[in-house]
Order: sequence, then C-alpha cells, then structure tokens
Amino acid sequence: MASYIVKRCLYLVPTLIAISIVVFIVIQLPPGDYVTTYVMRLEQEGVSLSQHQIDQMREMYGLDKPMHIRYLKWMAGIFRGDFGFSFEWNRPVAELIGGRLALTVAVSLTSLIFTWVVSFVIGFYSATHQYSVGDYLATFIGFIGLATPNFMLALVLMWFAYSRFGFIYGGLFSPEYAMAPWGMGKFFDMLKNLWLPVLVIGTSGTAGQIRILRANLLDELAKPYVTTARAKGLSEIKLVLKYPVRIALIPFVSTAGWRLSSLVSGSVVTATVLNLPTTGPMLLAALKSQDMYLAGSFILFLSLLTVVGTLLSDILLAALDPRIRYQ
Amino acid sequence: MYDPTTPAHGTAENPVVQPESETYYASQWQLVWRKFKSHRLAVSALVVLAIIYLCAAFAEFVAPYDPHVFDSRYVMAPPQVPRFFDEDGFSFRPFVYGYTGRRDPQTLRMRYEIDTTKKLPIRFFVRGDKYKLWGLWENDLHLFGTEEGRIYIFGTDTLGRDLFSRVIYGARISTTIGLVGVFLSFVLGVTLGGISGYYGGIIDNIIQRVIEFIRSIPDVPLWMGLAAALPADWPILRVYFGITVILSLIGWSGLAREVRGKFLSLREEDFVMSARLVGCSEWRIIAVHMVPSFLSHIIASITLAIPGMILSETSLSFLGLGLRPPAISWGTLLQQAQNLRTVTLAPWLFLPGVFVIVTVLAFNFVGDGLRDAADPYTR
Repeated sequence: MASYIVKRCLYLVPTLIAISIVVFIVIQLPPGDYVTTYVMRLEQEGVSLSQHQIDQMREMYGLDKPMHIRYLKWMAGIFRGDFGFSFEWNRPVAELIGGRLALTVAVSLTSLIFTWVVSFVIGFYSATHQYSVGDYLATFIGFIGLATPNFMLALVLMWFAYSRFGFIYGGLFSPEYAMAPWGMGKFFDMLKNLWLPVLVIGTSGTAGQIRILRANLLDELAKPYVTTARAKGLSEIKLVLKYPVRIALIPFVSTAGWRLSSLVSGSVVTATVLNLPTTGPMLLAALKSQDMYLAGSFILFLSLLTVVGTLLSDILLAALDPRIRYQ
Repeated sequence: MYDPTTPAHGTAENPVVQPESETYYASQWQLVWRKFKSHRLAVSALVVLAIIYLCAAFAEFVAPYDPHVFDSRYVMAPPQVPRFFDEDGFSFRPFVYGYTGRRDPQTLRMRYEIDTTKKLPIRFFVRGDKYKLWGLWENDLHLFGTEEGRIYIFGTDTLGRDLFSRVIYGARISTTIGLVGVFLSFVLGVTLGGISGYYGGIIDNIIQRVIEFIRSIPDVPLWMGLAAALPADWPILRVYFGITVILSLIGWSGLAREVRGKFLSLREEDFVMSARLVGCSEWRIIAVHMVPSFLSHIIASITLAIPGMILSETSLSFLGLGLRPPAISWGTLLQQAQNLRTVTLAPWLFLPGVFVIVTVLAFNFVGDGLRDAADPYTR
C-alpha cells in the first residue's frame, strides 16, 4: 500500500509540470497581451500612448521576452512563493488569490458534504423502495438537477427568493461583514449565506450519486446472501445496513475526490452568477482582460485541487478495494 | 453448419426461438430497435427531440417573426397564452388577447398588460417577415401569426424582440453544437481508443497517459481559458466551430477509454481468433467484426455525451466567453436573465432555459433507453 501511494505521488510531479506548461500556453493564446487590452481601453477613453511608452510598458511587465523565458521565470518564482504580478490589480498574484482559493475550497467541501448526505438518504430510500412513488419522485428530481445548468438554478432561486420574500442574495457575506476581518461573527455570517451556493453547486452532482448508490444497492440486495440473512430472521434495517450498504458505499466514498474536482469546476460558473468572493468572478475577469499571471495561477491551483482530488480518490479506492492495487 | 430447420432443445426459462418466429431472423439492429421501442420514456423523449430538431431546421418557417427585428412599442411584453375559450364560450380557432400599454407612474417605464377586450385570432400559414430558408429559397410563409397586432406567445425581450422566434432560432446553434462536438470527439475517441486497445504496448501507454493528463485538468476553467482565446472579431460561424472544437478536444478522452476497453476484451474473443485464422486482414477484423459488436454501446454513450456539450455551450455563452450577440443561442438568450431586476419584471426571460432542460433531459432518456437496448440478448 505504501509503495502504491509513493508511486502515485511521484506521478504527480510530471503531471503538474505538464499542466503548468499547457496552462501557460492556453492563457497566452488570445492575440495580443495585457498591454494591447490596456492600450485599447485607454484609447476608448481618448488617451493615446506613443509606441515608445507601449514598448516601455511591455518591458516593465516582461512581456517583451519570448514565451519560454517568461514561463521559466514564472515557474522559478512559484517555487519561491511568488506567483507573478497581476497587471489589472497592480498587486502580487499571491496576495489576491489566497483568500479566494480558501473560500472556493470551503464552498466546494460543504457542497460535497451536502451532496453526500442528500444522495445517500435519497439513494438509500430509492433502492429499498424500488418502483414506489417516492422512488420515481426522487429519480425525477435527480434528473431535473442533472439537466438544469448551474447558473440557471442560481438565477431562478435568487429570483424566487426576491419576488416571493423580497430577499436579495448579496453574496457570501452580509454587507456589514464584507470588509470585516475574520472572526466568529463573520464566520457565522458566512454559514448563514452559504446555503444558496451549496444548494446550487450540490444539486448537479447529487443526481449522479443517487443513481450510482441506487444501482449498486439494488445489485447487492438481489444477491443470495441477503436472502439467506432474511431467511434466518435478521431484522430488515440491520440486514440492509450491515452488509449491502457497506459494499454499495465503496464507489460513493472512493469517487469523493473526483466529485470534489468537478465541484471546484462547477463552482466557477455559479460563483460568477452569485458574485461570490471565490475564484470564479476574478478568473473570468482576468481571462477577459488577459491578466495572464492571475488567470494562470488560478487555473494552476484549480488543477492542483483536481489532481490532488483524483489522487485521494485513487488511494481511497485502493484502500477500500484491494483488487485495484494489483492491477 | 447449423441447420435452422432441425429443432433444438430448449429449457423452460430459456425457450428455443422457433425458426418461424420473426425474432429468429431479426438482425441485431432490429433487435435493438425492438427493445428500444418497449422503453416508453425513451421513445417519447425521441419524439420530443425530433420535434425540437425539426423546429431548429425550419426555424424561419416556425418562428412567426425575424429574430433580429425589434418593435420598440412592445418592450418586455408578457407572453400571450393561446386560448380556445372566452366569455362567449368555445371558439374553434385559437386566439390570443392583445396588449394595452400603460406608463408606470413611478418608474416611467411602459408596462404591458393583457387586454381581454382585444381578441386576435391566430391564423396558420400566414405571410409575414421575408426570409431565405437555409439561405436558398426566399419566402414569407410562417407557421402561425395574426392578421392584425402582434403575437408574442413567449413575450418579448428587453429590446422588444419576439422571444419565441429567438428561442426557435437559438435551437439551431444550441442543439447542433452538441452533435458536431460529439461527432468530432467520436472520431478522435474511436481512432485513438481503437489504436490504443488493438495494438497495446507503448502506443497504448502513451495514449493512456495523454488521456489521464487531459482528465486531470479541471474542465470548466480550461474551457474558459480556451474560449477566451477566440478572437472577438471572428464571425459567428467560426466562433461556433471554435467552441465545438474546444468542447470535443476535452470530450474525446472518455469515449476513447470506453472504446479501448471494448477492444481489449473483444481482442481475446473466439470470433476474432477465428477471423484471424481464416486470414482476414486486420482492418477487416476491426471494421467488419469488432466495431459492429460494440457500436450500439458507443452510440448510447455518444447520446449521453451530447447533453453535457449543450450545457457547456450554454454556460460559456452565458458567461460571455462563448457565442456573443448578435449570435442567437440559448446561452446568449439567457444572458438577458442575468440581471435580477430584469428577471423580476420579465420572468419569461427564463423560458430559453426551459428548452435547455427539456432537450438535456430528452437526450438523457434516449441515451438510457439506448444503453439498455444496446445489448438485446440480455433479459
């Protein structure tokens, strides 16, 4: 087991290096660079810059160097904890993204727990009450959750809360806490406002999880050992919980990492709609204005979360199901 | 050789199919179709999809108005519900009630209300805005419309354009982007997955690492990054293809994995061995013997991949990274619903989203039905 974990961790290094190269190329794909966007914006305001000034700006930001030099400089900086400089915000990237990444992880983790609890309860009910009204209802709601785009669900919920209760969803924090330093008050305020993003981000994954749990549990329930146990007079609840559920939960637990990474991905769009102070809105703005180091660092960190999530899943799977390791 | 006329011995739970019965001679596809037909939900979903695609194909005819034409007299007018009953009782011809505009004394904004005194009968096959069907035939015939007044069964948007016409035109981009994208992923996935599974060895290893790598990058941020790279001055058609290529570049990996798995297991099957012994060429073994035996599975997983692409396009366009107005897709239409205040005044702007949900659900149901039918020999 230990050697398996070490092997998987070593795999992580080349993957991350490859990802960083791809990310760096992708964020530079748009024609022009930040200076072009900036000059264009100034021109719209009626200010024009001389070619000399533009060149000077390029030199200042290091945009005059070839791509591979810039990449190496960026990478060298990252190992020292310096993620480059955000042109748009005029501040080091590390300062900007830290808090937002932490909030992204917090929102994603809460959504993961939400997904788990809801899909476990519903999946368990659907499987033990197959073809009942509740089963059909659960399946139907699950399908709706699967088919509704996240952002649309967010909009509809916001609209509903506003038009019915006059409640305006302002984001993760109430106005009085938005700028306040972290403390117990702010923390509880966040918990109070967390329900909407968690509901929105969570529902898309719930449908899939319900289906997996339901299918696995149904498979297990049809097996002879369940019939034997029932014939021997084991109480129904004990019978189901003790054996079939434990086996049906394996994919549930082991896919946690993948689920987490898809939640991180999905939260980007939702966060933009709900204007959460997470990675979403800032990443979108950075991509649009070609603020390359900011966008690049965001994508790099989100990739890191994904890769680590997948790694955790693989390790969990190997721990729960010994057959995997020997493949 | 097996002679179909000699009676075989069957058991109670596995009865022998009588040579006279249709099932005996049915090809695999006939069996798949027969099993699919017994899945009622999937069949109705297929009908829904057929209607949506027909509407998209003949958008110019189905839509009562030109989607770009706006009428400043009717801005954010509520939907008119087609009716059959009025105070006089039943009328065979459906009709809608007209609008009365009234200025809101506080916001000074025009508010439209349904006026039950104005009755506008709906006419079918009416002459209206001129169009060129598929850019070829000039015509002005529309499926329905009214002789006087305007008919907005989905209401109008913030500029006074008919939302129904826009949804129908938007279906064109939104429903085909999934098809084209999935087709590209299919070509990539089957080719690379096939090579990987059939030959194995180093090639297999390299392709597997590439797939693992692509799957380890979070898709939404990567899509956003790639979509932001599409120049803003590109024409609509080129952006459309750009988006489909982006979606399929990431989408092929799942399909390739599946194809590889199938190839790996089929390679060891007896019928492949016998084909090899008879002296079939490798391409013949792949194309004639192996691919048909898992094609139905592939078609099922393709069907299940389409809704994901439709949702991705909608999200990207909604964020302003995909298609941009004046291009009409369900995503760009939903952009108008972004503002809470607008939506409170005009909740019907959510209607394009309903179409997204219905289409995605229909694809999921058809895909599920196909997956069950793909293996017609199981019970």
